Order: sequence, then C-alpha cells, then structure tokens
Amino acid sequence: MSLVNFNKTVIKNLFSKPATRKYPFEPKVYPERTRGHVVNDMDVCVLCGLCSIKCPTHAITVDKAAKTWSIRPMSCIQCRSCVDNCPKKCLSMDTQFTEPGSEKLTKTFPQSEKAIAAQEALMKAAKERAAAAAAAKAAQAGNAANANPVANAAPAAQAPAQPAAEKKDE
Amino acid sequence: MSTRSVIPFGPQHPVLPEPIHLDLVLEDEKVVQAIPSIGFIHRGLEKLVDKKDFHEMVYVAERICGICSMGHGLGYCDAVEHIMDLEIPDRAKFLRTMLSELSRIHSHMLWLGLLADAFGFESLYMECWRIREEVLDMFEIATGGRVIFSIMKIGGLRRDLPDDMLADFRQRLDKIEEQLKVVAKPFYDDVAVKNRLVGVGILTPEKADLLGTAGPFLRASGIARDIRSTEGYCAYDQIEFEPIISTGCDSYARTEVRIKEIFQAIDIVRQCIDKMPAGAVDVPVKPNQFPNGEYMTRIEQPRGEALYYVKANGSKFIDRMRVRTPTFANIPALVEVMAGCDLADVPILVLTIDPCISCTER
Ligand code: SF4
Ligand code: SF4
Repeated sequence: MSLVNFNKTVIKNLFSKPATRKYPFEPKVYPERTRGHVVNDMDVCVLCGLCSIKCPTHAITVDKAAKTWSIRPMSCIQCRSCVDNCPKKCLSMDTQFTEPGSEKLTKTFPQSEKAIAAQEALMKAAKERAAAAAAAKAAQAGNAANANPVANAAPAAQAPAQPAAEKKDE
Repeated sequence: MSTRSVIPFGPQHPVLPEPIHLDLVLEDEKVVQAIPSIGFIHRGLEKLVDKKDFHEMVYVAERICGICSMGHGLGYCDAVEHIMDLEIPDRAKFLRTMLSELSRIHSHMLWLGLLADAFGFESLYMECWRIREEVLDMFEIATGGRVIFSIMKIGGLRRDLPDDMLADFRQRLDKIEEQLKVVAKPFYDDVAVKNRLVGVGILTPEKADLLGTAGPFLRASGIARDIRSTEGYCAYDQIEFEPIISTGCDSYARTEVRIKEIFQAIDIVRQCIDKMPAGAVDVPVKPNQFPNGEYMTRIEQPRGEALYYVKANGSKFIDRMRVRTPTFANIPALVEVMAGCDLADVPILVLTIDPCISCTER
C-alpha cells in the first residue's frame, strides 16, 4: 500500500517550492569554507615562493626577478595547500569559482609598489644592521689585537650572533 | 536446444555512467553466462607515486573516486601514519569516523536513487537524490568541497569542525532521518518494487564466502563481516554498532541492508558527536620525517572492504601504493549471480553490487 503513501509525497512535491534554485537569477550562496579559487593579496606577498613549492600541481609560478606571482587557474585543483603554507598569510580561498573560459589562461600579478617598498625598507634595515655589526666586530677585533687576546675572545664571538637574532624577530 | 547469441552490454549502458562491459551469452531471454571486461578508465593514479611526494599523494588518493573520496584519503593516510608511528589525536579519529559515515549516507542514497531509476520509479529517484543533496551541503560546510574534500592529511585533519557546526549537523541529520523514513517505505513494501527485487540474483552464503565478496553484497547473504567492527580502525572501536545482515540473499535483501545501513550511519554520526573529545585535530609531521617500511590497511567503504597497501623507502617519494577496491572483489560474484537470470534483470543485478568502476581501475 505504500504507493499510496508515496503519492502523498509526490502531491506535496507538486505543490511546494522546487528543490532547485533558479540559476542564474538566484546565485548560490556558498558556505564560508567553500574552496572556490585562490586569491593573493599582492600588498603583503613577499614572493618567497613557498606556495609554488607546496602546490601539488605546480599551478603557481613565482618570478623573483620580474617581481610577479602567477597562477594557472585551470591547473589548480583547489586543494588549499598553498593557503595553509603561506608564511605571510596573504593567500586566501575565495568562495566563488572562477568564470568559465575557453583558454588555459595564466593570471599574472605584479608585486604591488607598497610591498616592494616595504621589502626594500626591510632589506635596507637588515643591510645596515649587518654593516653595523661588521663594523663593531672589526672594532672589537682591533681591540682584541691590542689587549689580552684571551679576555676578549668571548665578546668577539658573541658580536655577530646578535644581529642574526634581531633579523628573525621582524 | 535453442541457439545462443551474445549481446554486448556496456561500456555505455543504461544503468549508470560507469563503463563496465559485459558480454552476455543468451539463450532466448535467459543469460547463460556473463563475461566481464574492465579497463576502460584506467588512469594510472598509482603510478603517480613517482612524481608526487607522500603528502601530495593524499590528494591523488582522494581523486580515485568521487563518491568514496573520503574513504580513499582516510585509507591512504592511515597506512602512512602506521608506517611513521604517528598516533593521531582522539578528536581527529572521531571526526574521521563521522565524516566516513556521512559519506556512507550519501553513497547509499545515491545508490537507492539509481535503483529506483533502474526499475522506473522516477519520482522516488528524484526524492532520494534531493535528500542526498542535503548531505553534500553538510560536506561543503565542513570541508569546503562537495565531492573532493581535501580535509585528510598525514597526521590527522587539516581543519577542525567547531562544536556549533556539529550541533547544526545533528539538527540537519534529524531532518534527513525524517525524510528518509518516508522514502524507505516504498523500497520495503511497494508491490512493483518487490516484483523487481525479490528472488532476483540469489547469492548463497557459501558462494559469497568462496568468491570473496565484500560489503553490503556479502552481508545481504547473511554473513556478518564488517571491517568497521572487526578491525576497529579510527574510533569505530569506541562506537556501539552491530553489522547489519539480511538472510534473503537476493536483490531485495541488498536493498534492505543498505537502507538499514543509512539509519545506522546516522546513529553512528550522533554517537560521534556525543562522544567527541576536545583537543587538537592533528599531530605535526616534521619536514625531515619520512615514512620507511610497509603497511596494509583495511577499511570499510560504503561498497565494502577496501585495502590500501603502502611501501615506503625512507625518502620523500613512496615506492608503491596499491588500492584493492570492493567492486573488484564483487565482480566474480556478480558474474555468478547473472548466470540464469533474465535479460531484463541484468541492469538491476549490475546495480546491486553498487559498482564503482573508477575505483576498480584507478
Ligand atoms: S607563500 Fe605567500 S608570501 Fe610566499 S610567495 Fe606565496 S603568496 Fe607570496
Ligand atoms: S589550491 Fe592547491 S592546486 Fe591550487 S594553487 Fe593552491 S596549492 Fe596549487
């Protein structure tokens, strides 16, 4: 007798709202975790290249000389491995999928002026610190030559270690 | 004696888009013998171990099949974790259990829909797939993917499922269970459905055992063999459940086993949510830590026992990954039940093993 029972479901379905959406008039609202496509915030990216090493399909190319980051969306399998491994957390996964296309594109993004400036400032600061450290070491070495070599050996060895620790903190 | 004729069935056939090919030797309307041939969608995924390191192989393993992708990722990770002596946290174990049961629900719902389609009950088919859609939505909320989940990793899970998400899942499952009870009824006691299923494709317990059958196909022949309870992998050893069997040995019994397994899976997901321990979901794997050794894991996929063999050599690339899928184990029994059936029953019989040829050929 269950056909009669199921008829109830069928009739109910006939008069209720369809289970499907009226795409494209009613676009889908994706949940927050949907892996749509990878986006990179070029203001923050330092072009370290970790994402391209960790990408299983080699979809990402980082060109340090030309200061560009590029992705081949057709090769990307939306695994989110690059997002998890980015040290600057500038990669993220957008919930929308990329638009359909007829060509295998490569999307290239240049590093932004802001990021270049920030990176150059950092490099300059690091260089200055290194130069200062070298000068201090030279001065200390000079002192050590003059004074008792045994007493001064320990501070001289410590001097180069300091700037390295500072670098790590930034 | 009437003349014999051979009818090719597949690789493109009316049941489901899985390219299996059968040469059916017919005598009038009766099938005398079925000769299977596979190999139409071999993709060489196992060979990719040469090119992808053992972390990246998780993504390859997931892509073996679109329906049991959670299980394939789990099986591969479990094997590598055993080689590397990684003890994954309890929360990850329970979440893995929960996610594999959810994938069992959606796989069995898909199968029920296809079965309804095969015997021509279109509205029932639509109804089954509509309910399945809600399970896929749950997957999308939890993992970000509907088919390929990318949530497994060596050492645990890549993302945690917060407790409010689990509470939401529980409510969704209550709703799904209500709807399921409605669609299960026609499968159990509709006259037309029974005419197509009862007594079709009898597989005796002796034959089932002898031919190495797996999964619901085996349990419908009355043999209670379920890797979840015998091996107790993941958190299954802390969950209360009994393997579901039926002694009917026919297509109707196989339907019954799968419907009951859906309800059982819902119950297991609830138990997992209740018992979910707090804590981390992964253990870190050091960059210089590589697997060395070999291991074989068995897990219970929706379609039956699947086997994952991994051999590693202490470097980034493993030597060998081998997957034995349940459909491969079920093909000999399929050929056995086909001998003597009607030509009109062939689609139903192909369907009752729940074939997944993509898995079988990798
Ligand atoms: S890992 Fe992050 S910071 Fe490094 S290159 Fe990629 S996007 Fe840029
Ligand atoms: S999501 Fe995966 S495949 Fe896509 S670019 Fe990132 S790492 Fe590569």
